[in-house]
Amino acid sequence: MDAVISIKNLIAKYGDITVLDDISVDIFPGEITVILGSSGCGKTTLLKNILRLVEPVSGSVKFWGEEVLGLDDIQMGNILRKIGMLFQSGALLNSISIYENISIPLELHTKLPRTLIDRIIKVKLNLVNLSEAIYKFPSELSGGMKKRAALARAIVLDPQILFCDEPSAGLDPLTAASLDELILSLKKQLKMTIVVVTHELASIHRIADKIIFLEQGKMLFNGTLEGAQKAGIPQIDTFFKVGRF
Amino acid sequence: MSCRIVNNILYLEGSLNAETVPETLIEVNSLLKYQNPNTIDLSNIIVLDSAGVAFLDELQSRLTTEGILLLQGANPEIQEVIKTFSSLKLEFPAQERKMGFFEKIGDSLVLAGQNFYNVMLLASEVFYWALIGIFSRKGQRKGSFAVQCSLLGSQALPILSLLSFIVGFILSLQASVQLANFGANVFIADLMAFSMVREIAPLITAIIVAGRSGSAIASEIATMQVTEEIDALKIMALSPVRYVVVPKFLAITVVMPILVMFSILVSEIGGGIIAIDYLDLSVYTFVQRSINVLTLKDIVTSFGKSIIFAWTIVIIGAYCGFQVKGGAEGVGKATTSSVVASIFAVIIWDAIFSLFYL
Ligand SMILES: Nc1ncnc2c1ncn2[C@@H]1O[C@H](COP(=O)(O)OP(=O)(O)O)[C@@H](O)[C@H]1O
Ligand SMILES: [Mg+2]
Repeated sequence: MDAVISIKNLIAKYGDITVLDDISVDIFPGEITVILGSSGCGKTTLLKNILRLVEPVSGSVKFWGEEVLGLDDIQMGNILRKIGMLFQSGALLNSISIYENISIPLELHTKLPRTLIDRIIKVKLNLVNLSEAIYKFPSELSGGMKKRAALARAIVLDPQILFCDEPSAGLDPLTAASLDELILSLKKQLKMTIVVVTHELASIHRIADKIIFLEQGKMLFNGTLEGAQKAGIPQIDTFFKVGRF
Repeated sequence: MSCRIVNNILYLEGSLNAETVPETLIEVNSLLKYQNPNTIDLSNIIVLDSAGVAFLDELQSRLTTEGILLLQGANPEIQEVIKTFSSLKLEFPAQERKMGFFEKIGDSLVLAGQNFYNVMLLASEVFYWALIGIFSRKGQRKGSFAVQCSLLGSQALPILSLLSFIVGFILSLQASVQLANFGANVFIADLMAFSMVREIAPLITAIIVAGRSGSAIASEIATMQVTEEIDALKIMALSPVRYVVVPKFLAITVVMPILVMFSILVSEIGGGIIAIDYLDLSVYTFVQRSINVLTLKDIVTSFGKSIIFAWTIVIIGAYCGFQVKGGAEGVGKATTSSVVASIFAVIIWDAIFSLFYL
């Protein structure tokens, strides 16, 4: 099977500080890949570098076999259109309502009529259990609700690849579990490739097909969940024993 | 994507996703003009996404009023997709009703009244804590007064002097043409002294202070409000008004008259250049007349009203800051409205003073 995302020798820095040191990993279609690691180890940085929100120092990132480092904005835009991202902080546009936040990608990237857009927005909000907040503004929502609204926005165009930066952090266990269900059904029904950063052990057991384990910018492990538990790497063993960092 | 109606069955074939739905919608609409299907057949659908499901929902809810509409032939995978993304049985709160024109006017009047009341409330709190703050520095950071003096005062000097110089220069240039016509050259000194001291210097200074410091105060407090810092102060049993507003309030009270004095001096220099160069006054005459024509009352009024302006600016800035609800976008709005409101208030004050010949 061809990798959907193929990362080779990726090096990322903030100023002089190397945050990611020589990361090489392939991510396969229709799989849920979980990125693990203590906070501050570079998980968010990895996602941002892959999507070129921060420009990598060197290395190669391929989406569907196409090298993206060096693409201009228009070419990159064509790739990004097939990708959804849930930011760690939600990153909703604060000056417009949740409804409008979610409708923006639909209005600007599709030719769908208003009635269908309206239906799609409502379905997506219902999927993240946020129907009651539809006409509210981001500032009127709690942290967990913002996360869910942001997830609804990330999946509104049915992207082929979905990146989620700590989707269930700050959520109650029931909502977290229902988000996991949602992620699983996106994978199953829309055959989405999903990359999730998470610390929740329960969530990892529910959703993970593959694990990438980062520590201080280095990749300690890359493979299946069972493999990770059997690999005999002390840091990973501690993680699965203690439950979280 | 193709569609046709045979025996009251609408056959959809191919892929039904965000890209193909708009065209399909047009096609189906034109078919529906002549025929009314009672079933939709999905057995040849290969790809279905949420836009496609929304399209099916739309068709169903549009056609069901004219009979029962069935989906048939979908394979299990497609059925799952439909189940997940169907919008047919969702419940949502109604959108808030938009206000009418007169309702809006009434609403904003009530709001203005409430705002005025709340500003007065805040003002009383500020005065109370400021009075106490003169005698007791508890509840204020050490050195905050000095920092605020430099922030609100000395850092405004360059722009204030530049503006005052230009205004003084222009005013006397305009006046000198008229005065020269009547041979009343020497009165340029009276004119400059009077207008600058009593009117223009306090006004220019107030506008600069509103634009620089009023907006800074509003955005600082608004940011603190948004990031829950104000709440944190309250929990630490500190009065946000005392901790944040009072140092600025005291600083501006001291600094404002100094700024006005500075503005008067610099604008007199601007005016003096014209008087001496263009109207042939001697330096001595210009200075002497300027000093002679002013009374103590003029000076006191000028400084007094500038202090009132300054208080107004600080209190309105703080009020706009405290008013912010919600997220970061509120900070920008608070800043803008603080500048507009405080310049407006300053000019109203000025009009009131003029009425009393102050
Ligand atoms: N914009 C930035 N500028 C400088 N350093 C940053 C920036 N963002 C993150 N870092 C640093 O990079 C490291 C990795 O951060 P991040 O990828 O956000 O960690 P996490 O794994 O918790 O998502 C941290 O040490 C952090 O301090
Ligand atoms: Mg992070």
